[in-house]
Amino acid sequence: MRLHHGLSLFGMLALASASVQAETITVATVNNNDMIVMQSLTDAFEKSHPDIKVNWVVLEENVLRQRLTTDIATNGGQYDVMTIGNYEVPIWARQNWLEPLNDLPANYRVDDLLKPVRDALTVNDTLYALPFYAESSMTYYRTDLFDKAGIRMSEHPTWDEVRGWAEKINDPQNEVYGICLRGKPGWGENMAFLSTLVNTYGGRWFDTDWHPEINSRAWQDAVSFYVDLMNQYGPPGASSNGYNENQALFASGKCGMWVDSTAAAGRLFNPQESQVADKLGFAPAPVAKTPKGANWLWSWNLAIPASSDAKDAARQFVTWATSEEYVDLVGKDKGWTSVPPGTRTSTYDNKQYQQAAPFASFVLNAIESATPNDPTQPPVPYTGVQFVSIPEFQSIGTQTGQMIAAALSGQRSVKDALDEAQRSAERTMRQAGYY
Amino acid sequence: MYTSLSRKLLLTLLAWLIALIIFFPIFWMILTSFKTEFEAISTPPTLFFEPTLAGYREVMARADYNTFAFNSFAVSVGSTLLALLVGLPAAYSMAFLPTKRTRGTLLWMLSTKMLPPVGVLMPIYLIFRDLGLLDSLTGLIVIYMLMNLPIVVWMLYTFFRDVPREILEAARMDGAGTLQEVLYLLVPLTLPGIASTGLLSVILSWNEAFWSINLTTSDAAPLTAFIASFSSPEGLFWARLSAASTMAVAPILLFGWMTQKQMVRGLTFGAVK
Amino acid sequence: MQRRASGRTVGGMRALLLQAPAVSLLLVWMLIPLGMTLWFSFQRYNLLNPMISGFAGWNNYTFLLTDPALWIAIGNTLLMVCWVLGITVIGGVLLAVLFHQEFFGRGIARLLVISPFFIMPTVSALVWKNMMMHPVNGIFAWLFKLAGLQPIDWFSSYPLTSIVIIVSWEWLPFALLILLTAIQSLDDDQIEAARMDGAGPLAIFWFITLPHLKRAISVVVMIEMIFLLTIFAEIFVTTSGGPGLASTTLAYLIYLRALLDFNIGIASAGGVIAIILANLVAIFLIRTVARNLET
Repeated sequence: MRLHHGLSLFGMLALASASVQAETITVATVNNNDMIVMQSLTDAFEKSHPDIKVNWVVLEENVLRQRLTTDIATNGGQYDVMTIGNYEVPIWARQNWLEPLNDLPANYRVDDLLKPVRDALTVNDTLYALPFYAESSMTYYRTDLFDKAGIRMSEHPTWDEVRGWAEKINDPQNEVYGICLRGKPGWGENMAFLSTLVNTYGGRWFDTDWHPEINSRAWQDAVSFYVDLMNQYGPPGASSNGYNENQALFASGKCGMWVDSTAAAGRLFNPQESQVADKLGFAPAPVAKTPKGANWLWSWNLAIPASSDAKDAARQFVTWATSEEYVDLVGKDKGWTSVPPGTRTSTYDNKQYQQAAPFASFVLNAIESATPNDPTQPPVPYTGVQFVSIPEFQSIGTQTGQMIAAALSGQRSVKDALDEAQRSAERTMRQAGYY
Repeated sequence: MYTSLSRKLLLTLLAWLIALIIFFPIFWMILTSFKTEFEAISTPPTLFFEPTLAGYREVMARADYNTFAFNSFAVSVGSTLLALLVGLPAAYSMAFLPTKRTRGTLLWMLSTKMLPPVGVLMPIYLIFRDLGLLDSLTGLIVIYMLMNLPIVVWMLYTFFRDVPREILEAARMDGAGTLQEVLYLLVPLTLPGIASTGLLSVILSWNEAFWSINLTTSDAAPLTAFIASFSSPEGLFWARLSAASTMAVAPILLFGWMTQKQMVRGLTFGAVK
Repeated sequence: MQRRASGRTVGGMRALLLQAPAVSLLLVWMLIPLGMTLWFSFQRYNLLNPMISGFAGWNNYTFLLTDPALWIAIGNTLLMVCWVLGITVIGGVLLAVLFHQEFFGRGIARLLVISPFFIMPTVSALVWKNMMMHPVNGIFAWLFKLAGLQPIDWFSSYPLTSIVIIVSWEWLPFALLILLTAIQSLDDDQIEAARMDGAGPLAIFWFITLPHLKRAISVVVMIEMIFLLTIFAEIFVTTSGGPGLASTTLAYLIYLRALLDFNIGIASAGGVIAIILANLVAIFLIRTVARNLET
């Protein structure tokens, strides 16, 4: 008996919390720093929108992606705002899982959103998500180490140059490694970086008939170069280093160079979080054979699932969190280097931002030079620079990433690894009914 | 030959050395939670430092710890009570009224535990959606009850089996019904065993991380979901991560320490004697 | 004689009635999802692509069974389970004997040594990954450097070994707890008598303590096996199954198919295969262990 009371009490509690505040929205987001800032500014939003209460679900990226996909595909209706990447947006939009975001208020200034970023979120001329922050990739380097070794960074570095510099500044005795690159397997981890490397070597994921080309000449050259470079001048444990791990390594002064997301710039430049803030240099992402697809484009975006039951409130939240007003609020409240980067022209026109963030123009250039709709030198049937915008890519990318990590840690040869990845990609594509 | 004192000293040294090695990762996690981020990743590791609560403050600012902790508590205790309530009659009948199929049933119950949860996530998610059980404590309590039921039934069975049948028969002669027999005789006799079964079930429910993350959103999310919002954050904040981890495991660790004697006492009655 | 016979039929009815709630709940828990899983396993069903649908026949099964990853995963699973069982049972017995002795501060030392059992798997994995086994900042790396050795890169050089170490650390305390209680129930007089007869400590351990622990060891093996077969968080947090497939277990492989591909058809087929394998293991192992439990 007592137990029954207990259960119905829980039920009532759950009901009560749902019915008292009619307009509670549940916002699901990643635990990245920029989103944590957004969460901490909830009060400001609730003050200006007194009839809306925000409920947060903050999870790490992989767990979040799996939760959101399960929920949206089964029409679960658990969330009102979802934080998703520009990989998911077109796929989900085509399934009519997302609420179209037409008729945004005039003061939102849609045209202010950077064009490549906006294009990636547009399907059939309709916008399905609003960008929260966007990133491309670039080269970070340590000016002090470069000066000491008498190296001058080129305006447009090539991978051959990078290799030579890595050799010169590599000093494992003092725990300074020539170069840090992603090695942790995953389509959004090592394969994000490796896709750009393969692109610039002139390779591609699929030919125009959707046949994978993972063991092509270009892939073998690119991956051999990468494995070689990392084994000689990389940090130990490279195959378990992802974005976070590398950022920690670079910030604590253990890497001479690092090619990764532009979003790290704000952090590395902040003396409270980085020991290399005053000796930090920037350059574009290195190029090998072609500049095409050498730097990626990723954005985290806020979207409203079609299954939401508080769409109006959700819309107000989404437009607030991606607005100029929000950028301003973060700048004043948390400092201008903490502003979510890469989404609005106005952010880059802002004098205060330019002053606080000397990397601003580099980032803007990198994002504007990314070509997600025409990513590689040979023609391809897909969009996306460091990913392929089909549902099957998550598993193909991750399996390939696993194989390359095995090559990096010396458990397989590069050729074996790529052949295996190719076979497994062919199987997956056949199973999915492409041919 | 050693004298008995020097033998004891030697044993003390050896046992403590092993205990400290095994406990070290937990100790280090707790220690790191009081460091600054710089100290947390410094090499060589810092052992002496000025403790700070910055990690804890940051965790508290980001997440409503009390709600998560309450949900963990409600779900573990609720599911354990429910599992005991359902499991007790089953264990009773298996121990005192065995049939040919008893052993088979018992083994079958245990084998349901080997089914990998990921394989049945979709069906369960769809059922929960249709029953409106997503993100509810009730739903999680039911799942955990089912998850722990096999082990609960099996453990209770081993405890009951060791109760001399004569005692129950004597009670039956005196005209006691099954219910009275169970309530006034069996439960008091095997209370330590029932208690340790319950304790084990609470611990297992508290630490379960697959269903709790996949079936809850915000209202019913327990501490395992709390940890998932701090793991692998941008830039690796070990101090903050350690603070969150310490907060997530502290209640169950203290609970485990306090009830350890009870658990050992209960176990000696049945399963392992 | 007569009383017993009639008692049995009445008992049979009562047994059925009393077991009904537990058995039927578990049946529902088993059968509904199992039925749906079976159904899905013969469907072309991808969450991300509702266009793909219809009856798949044995397609999902042949896809999985011809996947070289499946056999590697099954091998890894067996390897991991056997190693962890070996380490925790042998280590547990030795530690139980040690912690049964009288020594100073025994109560507190026991608390410390069983603590890992109370820690969430995710947290243990995070602590081991970041603070113990990290090749640059970890405690192990520091110790190796102190000794003048090259730090080991645990998760890429010895992925499965690292997982086994972490999982053993979590389950050793459980084995110790169960075995310690079993040792405590051992009759001291018996040991004393053996000692009088001139048996050395090794002989006492081998001929008295160990046989006494047989049942407790069976309990440890059975319960641990149930949990080890579905180990997930430790792999997810540390190696993500890699490098390559070096630490991919069956449970993790199904996760990869179900929640990365969102291919429910294949994931369900994987679930069915896992259930069949689990039952095979159950028949072979639990039955031999269960015989110990009966006596």
